[in-house]
Amino acid sequence: MTRYQTTLSLMFAASLSYPASARDYIDIVGSSTVYPFATVVAEQFGRTTPFKTPKIESTGSGGGFKLFCAGIGVQYPDIANASRQIKTSEIDNCRARGVDDIVEIKIGYDGIVIANSKQRSQIRLTLREIFLALAKQVPDPQGSQTLVANPYRSWREINDALPDSRIEVLGPPPTSGTRDAFVELAMEGGCKSYPWIKAMKDIDGKRYKSTCHTLREDGAFVEAGENDNLIVQKLEKNPRALGIFGFSFLDQNSDRIQGSSINGVEPTFEAIADGSYPISRPLFFYVKKAHVGKVPGIAEYLQEFTSEKAWGDDGYLSGKGLIPMPEGERRKFAEYARNLIPLSQ
Amino acid sequence: MTDSPSDNSHSVATETIRRSLARRYRQERHFRRWALSAVLAAASVVTLLFASIISNGYSAFQQTYIRLTIYFDPALISTPDSDPAADIPRVLITGDYQGLIKQSLRTRFPGIGKPREKRDLYALISPGAAYLIRDMLMERPDLVGSSKVLWVPADDDVDMLIKGHIRRDVREDERRLTDHQLAWIDQLISEGALKKRFNGAFFVHGDSRDPELAGIRGAAMGSLFTLGITLALSFPIGVAAAIYLEAFAPQNRWTDLIEVNINNLAAVPSIVFGLLGLAVFINFFGMPRSSPLVGGLVLTLMTLPTIIIASRAALKSVPPSIREAALAIGASPMQAMFHHSLPLAMPGMLTGSIIGMAQAMGESAPLLMIGMVAFVADIPQNLSDPSTVLPVQIYLWADSPERAFVERTSAAIMVLLGFLITMNGLAVVLRRRFERRW
Repeated sequence: MTRYQTTLSLMFAASLSYPASARDYIDIVGSSTVYPFATVVAEQFGRTTPFKTPKIESTGSGGGFKLFCAGIGVQYPDIANASRQIKTSEIDNCRARGVDDIVEIKIGYDGIVIANSKQRSQIRLTLREIFLALAKQVPDPQGSQTLVANPYRSWREINDALPDSRIEVLGPPPTSGTRDAFVELAMEGGCKSYPWIKAMKDIDGKRYKSTCHTLREDGAFVEAGENDNLIVQKLEKNPRALGIFGFSFLDQNSDRIQGSSINGVEPTFEAIADGSYPISRPLFFYVKKAHVGKVPGIAEYLQEFTSEKAWGDDGYLSGKGLIPMPEGERRKFAEYARNLIPLSQ
Repeated sequence: MTDSPSDNSHSVATETIRRSLARRYRQERHFRRWALSAVLAAASVVTLLFASIISNGYSAFQQTYIRLTIYFDPALISTPDSDPAADIPRVLITGDYQGLIKQSLRTRFPGIGKPREKRDLYALISPGAAYLIRDMLMERPDLVGSSKVLWVPADDDVDMLIKGHIRRDVREDERRLTDHQLAWIDQLISEGALKKRFNGAFFVHGDSRDPELAGIRGAAMGSLFTLGITLALSFPIGVAAAIYLEAFAPQNRWTDLIEVNINNLAAVPSIVFGLLGLAVFINFFGMPRSSPLVGGLVLTLMTLPTIIIASRAALKSVPPSIREAALAIGASPMQAMFHHSLPLAMPGMLTGSIIGMAQAMGESAPLLMIGMVAFVADIPQNLSDPSTVLPVQIYLWADSPERAFVERTSAAIMVLLGFLITMNGLAVVLRRRFERRW
């Protein structure tokens, strides 16, 4: 019996003392929007340096921050990718666990496009029309300052210049960062073009938010899942429908689908880069300063990511659909990366 | 009127029977037809699935290659101030291999001056080709200074054009290849320097963001490690638990409770096991995240109930007379179990285990929680290296914007199906081999 007990306790001890000491690869978590760019850099980094290729988990921005802020030590990630800026509550959460110095690096921009199949003509939309087509409640079409349940069935009912086809938009589910950004930039953008709704923001912030951020649920907006490729394929099958997804998918499928112009601006690389295209958002990653030097290769990875050959105008990331920042901004964040300048307190 | 009443009633009875018989035959025929149509429906859905996967994926086993004559220019490979004899590997690692390819392309297509056109020309070749040349030179440093004809992988856009997934007939700015590039590609084809060849890289490389370099090996190794652990743990534990519960455990409230719990666990959604694994193995025991070790343990938890239930059913199906006969001639309960009941129950246990393993192989939800849904380019070497598994690789590729990943996704599904068919085939073979009749 004692022999069994010894074996058992030995097994237990072995599993308890599992070497959590060394990790020889960089551990990255976070946004699925940044994932396609970070992976390219990681692969390049793994090939051209003696370090191992970093491991990149696609957990979503929020999930990434949760893991990232769990503590200091090799069992916690070194870098968190995000398709939005870190929230104050998340920074507090980090601090509570001893993660004090976080370096924020902006890497570029991503545009969100509304596209349809090439079999139909291109559609010209404004933010207000997008809001009217997709919001659950819209201002009364009669002109009074009240909200009514969205009565619009066809695009023509919103604007005579739009095609007379049923409103049918395929978009990402609420868990997606693309959805967050779309709602914040496009829906809210169109929503606050009504002065009386905009005025609501200061009086009743909650009501303002629910008015502007709630998408209709009567079948005109279809949640098509996280897979943007699927949306592209569905657009081909159903030429009447519009789809919402990231710019890189439009870029890769430009022979099959076309982006709608928003407020008169076409979703092109240049228009997103100079900020004239209204639905674009910055992308970031955050580095745990305490891990630099502890986990091999972090400084070199930052150097690779912030080099001109990666995120520059002709860099390999732009080939994958990342919209580069203006040169001044690039220089500023490369500086942050080199000197590891943390977020101010 | 000589007909007797009995005759009359007899014929009425026969008539009733005949009618009911006809009705029963008809019901039988209907039932058979329904059953057959159910089988046909299932078979046609499976055929459709296979047909769509194979028709999408078979082209991924070929990849477009371009023939280039590459001069291994010492000036580009080693910097002038370094002494190549002293430290060959280190010098070779930093060489400008992209430069070698560019040089070769420039000699192939002389007279291209504009930087924009040059960039388009260089874009025909996969960015990974340079690393293939580097790896070749690392192995044979004596090649430096000589020339060699090589087939290097073409860029994924070229590959998609050759395979017909990119249309030529649209406006230049609507496709990913320019008119220049199309002309160069046509020239290469007519000279026989651009061909589809077997895509060996798909089976030897790990994941990559360049479709033409991406391979299934990393995920396959991850699956192998993970399932190895799952099998090594869940089979002995599951069979031992089944034997104990079936043959040795006292029948009381505790064993009833255990039995109910095992049946319940078999029905628990797999993601719950992932959460458990995260809390216990990673957060409490501090095992490395994203490793096949943790993945295997989580899948063990998931598979155990299935194996225990199947093994108990197999033991139950062994006629009790066999055990009783063994006991009657003086075998101990343990001998009766291991010499007589267990060998007879083994085929059923193996079938149950392999079905459980096949289920574990296709699982990705619990692995999400423990970090195995990740980009892992290096091929895992041991149980604690970060790795991913085949279904996760399929999911990640399905979500990639590059069009060439569509066919690779289907090809990866084919590899996964191949694994599953092999495992099920193994189950059949083992069952045949161990099967005994009584």
